[in-house]
Amino acid sequence: MGMSRDDIFSRVRENLVDALGVDDDEVAESATLTGDLGAESIDFLDIVFRLEKAFSIKIPRGELFPDDVLNNPDFVSGGKLTPQGLAQLKKAMPHADFTEFQKDPDVNKVPNLFTVRTIVNYIDGKINGAVAK
Amino acid sequence: MRWIWIDRFVEFEPGKRAVAIKNVTLAEEHLHDVCAARPTMPFSLMIEGMAQTAGILVGQARGFREKVVLAKIRRATFERAVHPGEQLKYEARIDQVDDAAAITNGTVYVNDQPIGQIDLVFSHVDQNMRGLKLPEENFVFTEQFMSLFKSFVAEQGARGG
Repeated sequence: MGMSRDDIFSRVRENLVDALGVDDDEVAESATLTGDLGAESIDFLDIVFRLEKAFSIKIPRGELFPDDVLNNPDFVSGGKLTPQGLAQLKKAMPHADFTEFQKDPDVNKVPNLFTVRTIVNYIDGKINGAVAK
Repeated sequence: MRWIWIDRFVEFEPGKRAVAIKNVTLAEEHLHDVCAARPTMPFSLMIEGMAQTAGILVGQARGFREKVVLAKIRRATFERAVHPGEQLKYEARIDQVDDAAAITNGTVYVNDQPIGQIDLVFSHVDQNMRGLKLPEENFVFTEQFMSLFKSFVAEQGARGG
């Protein structure tokens, strides 16, 4: 059974408020999880568990928040993703918006790809088969 | 030396639920550092007691192969303080568990009345180190820590349970 994007956003927001101790109005679609909402690495585990329960779905580890690309020396050079690395990350994260990131694929900016919208896109794809917006 | 904040297990359902007790006694020095007016069990040590109860439950669910480390306190609420002469009971339940981590929900009782809720996130830390290496030996489930679980199993065996 499908679910509207607004309903998905609203449920994602509810779970981020609980997981990160932030206010409702801080959880905009454009908000980054680490920069804007203060998520730490362990919060990502917590968020994945919460989303699995909230949407009754299974989220394979590394699918929503992939980290294997950054750990592969072939994909990182001089603190930036190589063209192959960028291509690999895009393939791994069809739910993320790379418009800004690909202008300067600095590994320190990878967390900027993890926005509230990224999560909503992922869930939308998972339960409605939608492609990233 | 590691501080153990539970006295013993009284119930253990593998992969599901564990209950441990701790008797709070006036002889414990830390009770005198919380409130000048009356010796009081610190809430932080009650969280640790729940973490030890739940941590062993989570560890047993994977045959004690994983290094189970408390990663996050999702919620810790207490309705009242606890004082010497009272018995704490920690009931931990596994809510979700997978290869990387586990979520537990817990209730704290005093003299069988619920007085708090403690929900925790545990990391199976070897699965979350992004290439960093930890010592091979399982520094979480040491002999001292495991003795709690083993004595429960031994007691059950002696009772024919």
